Amino acid sequence: MSILVNKNTKVLCQGMGKAGTNHAKLCREYGTQVVGGVVPGKGGTTKEGFHLFNTVAEAVEKTGANASMIFVPPAGAGDAILEAADAGIELIVAITEGIPILDMARVVRFLKGMSCRLIGPNCPGVITPGQCKIGIMPGYIHKPGPVGVISRSGTLTYEAVWQLSHLGLGQSTCVGIGGDPIIGTNQIDLLKMFQDDPQTESILLIGEIGGTAEERAAEYVKQYVTKPVAAFIAGQTAPEGKRMGHAGAIISGGSGLATDKISALRAAGIAVADSPADLGVTLQRAMKSKAG
Amino acid sequence: MKIHEYQAKELLARAGAKIPRGIVASTPAEAEKAFDALGGGPVVIKAQVHAGGRGKGHFAGSGKDFGGVKFVNKRGDIAGIAEVMLRYPLVTKQTGEAGQKVSKLLVVEASAKIVREVYVGMVLDRAVGAPVLMACAEGGVEIEEVAAHTPEKILKTIVEPEFGLQPFQARRVAYALGFTGEQATRAETLVTALAKVYLEKDCSLAEINPLAVMDNGEVLAVDAKMTFDDNALFRHPDLAALRDEAEEDPAELRAGRSGLSFISLTGNIGCLVNGAGLAMSTMDIIKYHGGEPANFLDVGGGANKDQVTEAFRILLGDPRVKAVLVNIFGGIMQCDIIAGAILAAFKEVGFHVPLVVRLEGTNVEQGRKMLAESGQNITTANGLTEAAKKVVAAAK
Repeated sequence: MSILVNKNTKVLCQGMGKAGTNHAKLCREYGTQVVGGVVPGKGGTTKEGFHLFNTVAEAVEKTGANASMIFVPPAGAGDAILEAADAGIELIVAITEGIPILDMARVVRFLKGMSCRLIGPNCPGVITPGQCKIGIMPGYIHKPGPVGVISRSGTLTYEAVWQLSHLGLGQSTCVGIGGDPIIGTNQIDLLKMFQDDPQTESILLIGEIGGTAEERAAEYVKQYVTKPVAAFIAGQTAPEGKRMGHAGAIISGGSGLATDKISALRAAGIAVADSPADLGVTLQRAMKSKAG
Repeated sequence: MKIHEYQAKELLARAGAKIPRGIVASTPAEAEKAFDALGGGPVVIKAQVHAGGRGKGHFAGSGKDFGGVKFVNKRGDIAGIAEVMLRYPLVTKQTGEAGQKVSKLLVVEASAKIVREVYVGMVLDRAVGAPVLMACAEGGVEIEEVAAHTPEKILKTIVEPEFGLQPFQARRVAYALGFTGEQATRAETLVTALAKVYLEKDCSLAEINPLAVMDNGEVLAVDAKMTFDDNALFRHPDLAALRDEAEEDPAELRAGRSGLSFISLTGNIGCLVNGAGLAMSTMDIIKYHGGEPANFLDVGGGANKDQVTEAFRILLGDPRVKAVLVNIFGGIMQCDIIAGAILAAFKEVGFHVPLVVRLEGTNVEQGRKMLAESGQNITTANGLTEAAKKVVAAAK
């Protein structure tokens, strides 16, 4: 078992420019069933062995795709997400960085009540090691195993996965939820899925400054999660009022502080790593102490 | 992106808000002319800087005791005050000690007196996933303080981005703020304009503070502040023209032109990292091991030689930087390629401080070998902890 994606997931790629095509190829090489690409005006042709379609609806009808990976540039990315949702895609993974916040506010409110799930935007994607990779993460650092990973970051997630794999701790599924202020799927949604997933034995939560999502996740863990959880918050040294790369990583008006998040996580019984070099060992210790 | 008060008020006025009459001046003579054009009555001269806390600030080295907002009654005083404001840097709690050079003044008619002030502002509520209009009957306050200590004093109204602020919502806000009769209608017009600008111009923050009732019965946007979503500037060329680069950190501005995300900090260890989360964590681990980062620098997912070279130039252009740490987790970006870029940039820029490089990920062996065999004075590190310890030691 795993969450969100597995070897049966059929993936479309929306936006087959240089990055989209390259990553569609890398996903295919990893073993993901990439069943085609969507490029308006190029329907009926192929690119790098991928069948191209004019619309997502047509692609779904002809390939049975149930997931989509979005590389469409920011100005059209919101529309691409809505198109995928309208065509009945169950899992939409939006990699695109730099989508206007109000576009995402409109998109996320439009998706409410629909049965699809949006991951991202501005995220590395989702991977179930050995089965399916939808996104831009380097596949080879991942190993199948018991740890569920939830992260707002990209390369920091790779760092975490790297540390886990070196400790012999494989991953059930790793989900990069995205660094933007408005995202489709939050930590709580995934904590619930990992808690319910039999393969997942422990959860690593990688947060950042900005917003109060980690505080809410901590509250959820306290009430509903019985599996061991470890966490890290990036940006402990960030100054107030500055946007640290990610649009969502900003401390404003005294909220979004790393210290508040860390104390909320600790109060919920979550093991918090002081140093980003200790992400793996902190989770390992949490697993041992919960088992013992 | 931030804009000046006079620009924010112009946007509000175009959306239907009533603002006090004002004229922008860049010289003492223009300020005098503005005084005359406004009727020769009392005015307020307001220094135009992006930083807050202007009224309580001071002009460093001027020997004067006034801040960036000054009430002036006599024509004879205008030129002298304008002269000081335009010559000396304005220091407020938000500018840092060096202060901010002022190049524009807003001269505002002040014959009517303010009898009551309230706050209205609009911001993204991340938990709700939509903009929220905040209103508080206490104006001229720091809304963050009110939010932290007495949140019950703030009325929040969710504004559906698709529909905008509805008339009933504007009415409810106006009545909740204690307005009655004609004044309620005037206040509704102001909050409606605020929401309109927020949604049409992709703001991330828009405030009227204070929204004021004058002794002649008018209700005006006396001061306004706006910040825009950088990701949406591509569809607002009119806003891009309002940008005041003199207000921005020169290194941050330069980095932005090369597609680098850079923030100046106060320490002495320069950092170059790929990915925002890892870049923040790199700052954190430097501090954890007793050092102080000089900056946040994210070269992004696909940095090339030119970007790395420019990044090195920016880091080394800061005289406080005593050592540099490069931390790359090569996922899609391959370590051998980044090692090549580092070496090329290293040679081109000419390093005068120690460089510590930590590489991990795809093709890491080739990358490390290239650095080791280059004969250059580059310290390599295995793992985050070793990298942090080495660079902290090198900076001492």
